[in-house]
Amino acid sequence: MQKIEELMYKRASEMLESGEVDRVIAWKKGETCYDVSPATFTKDNLEGFVYDAFCGANLSKYLVEESKKGGKILVFLKPCDTYSFNQLLSEHRIKRENVYVIGIECQGKIDANKLQKKGIDGILSVEEKGDKLTVKTLYGDKEIAFEEALSVKCETCKSKEFAVSDETIVLNEMRDNREKRFEAVERLEKMTEEERYAFWQAELSKCIRCNACRNVCPACTCTHCVFDNDKSGIAGKANADSFEEKLFHIIRSYHVAGRCTDCGECSRVCPQNIPLHLINRKYIKDMNEFYGEYQAGAAVTALNPIVDFTKEDVEAATVVGGKK
Amino acid sequence: MQEITTTHKPLIVAFCCNWCSYAGADLAGSSRLSYPAEVKIIRVPCSCRVNPIFVLKAFQRGADGVILCGCHPGDCHYSTGNYHTRRRMALMFSMLNYFGIEKERTRIEWVSAAEGAKFSQVMNDFAKTINELGENRRLEDLRCKK
Repeated sequence: MQKIEELMYKRASEMLESGEVDRVIAWKKGETCYDVSPATFTKDNLEGFVYDAFCGANLSKYLVEESKKGGKILVFLKPCDTYSFNQLLSEHRIKRENVYVIGIECQGKIDANKLQKKGIDGILSVEEKGDKLTVKTLYGDKEIAFEEALSVKCETCKSKEFAVSDETIVLNEMRDNREKRFEAVERLEKMTEEERYAFWQAELSKCIRCNACRNVCPACTCTHCVFDNDKSGIAGKANADSFEEKLFHIIRSYHVAGRCTDCGECSRVCPQNIPLHLINRKYIKDMNEFYGEYQAGAAVTALNPIVDFTKEDVEAATVVGGKK
Repeated sequence: MQEITTTHKPLIVAFCCNWCSYAGADLAGSSRLSYPAEVKIIRVPCSCRVNPIFVLKAFQRGADGVILCGCHPGDCHYSTGNYHTRRRMALMFSMLNYFGIEKERTRIEWVSAAEGAKFSQVMNDFAKTINELGENRRLEDLRCKK
């Protein structure tokens, strides 16, 4: 992974020097190695440029604002981020001519919380070695299976192909675990209604309405959001009761249904570790089953199933049940 | 010891499209076919006027069941409205069930203006189901309940 970072850095500084691009959107080192955040770099300031296993953030949403400012932007996108980029293109949210996309290799991103849960504290740096992850800590080196440290959003993959790119930097074959994509949703579906209710009640009652899931979501790019409308009755307030939190998450996920590319950012940023991607993924699974396979962002011209219809569509009663 | 019994009177919200189902309800009335008093009809221009949030809001305000009635697919006054309803609500109801809301609480029925008898039968059947299920406890907003 360190090798790729070098190549990316080289390419970024090259393009900035030659004036091919004016800005670079990439990841920046934080205080600790796992405290990585998205950042814009310019010619004079490429300090802190990083790409490692902690760079989980999807950079495509930042282009909505950045591409409006004029000038050419270089952006690094992992395979699954390219779908979000494509989806934003199809919604005319990004000016394609202002963006140069470099697709980069991704072996799945890891979550520092998971390492800490396994008792690995004082993390200084990590190194990927095939299926193993070597973690340098204050208390000496520790080794862990890479799979155990994967962040929630990377436990399953939707694709390792670039939906869009101007060039790619890929050195090794990328790990692909897309078979398990709907496993967690199926597990929930198999539960009884009572169990499912209890599950979501427990999960969603943790919600603090910080709106992080909304703000980070590449599909949530409305400038006027329903949750900012104080007449809607669901405007950014603390969860007053259990209805409120369900309402928020049902609406949030429904608004992005058919446009959600399953990038998993909502779950990654959730400070309360609510598996929000399971809500979005349920819509994806349902749409696949009811209306045929559809991957948002796979093609710029594709029509979202929720605004489309056929005369032979299944009835709600058939798919949900409903009648005794 | 005296037993305390509380009788719950269910509330059912029925969204009926202006052109078919509302006329169907009318026909049921003029044909002297009864439907339960728990059913409160909200007339909408087309079944696709029903934003999924209306369903949630109905539950919030104390509904125990929500039923959507529209023209039969293909017969929409606006040509394609109910096709859109069908997709939206299939996904919405499936999601509500995913959250653990009993699937019997939500329903879509296609009732034409000539089907007064069907309207009455559907409402009676739905009200019976909701009566058996009892109060909506899983998607309630305590602030809205008296």
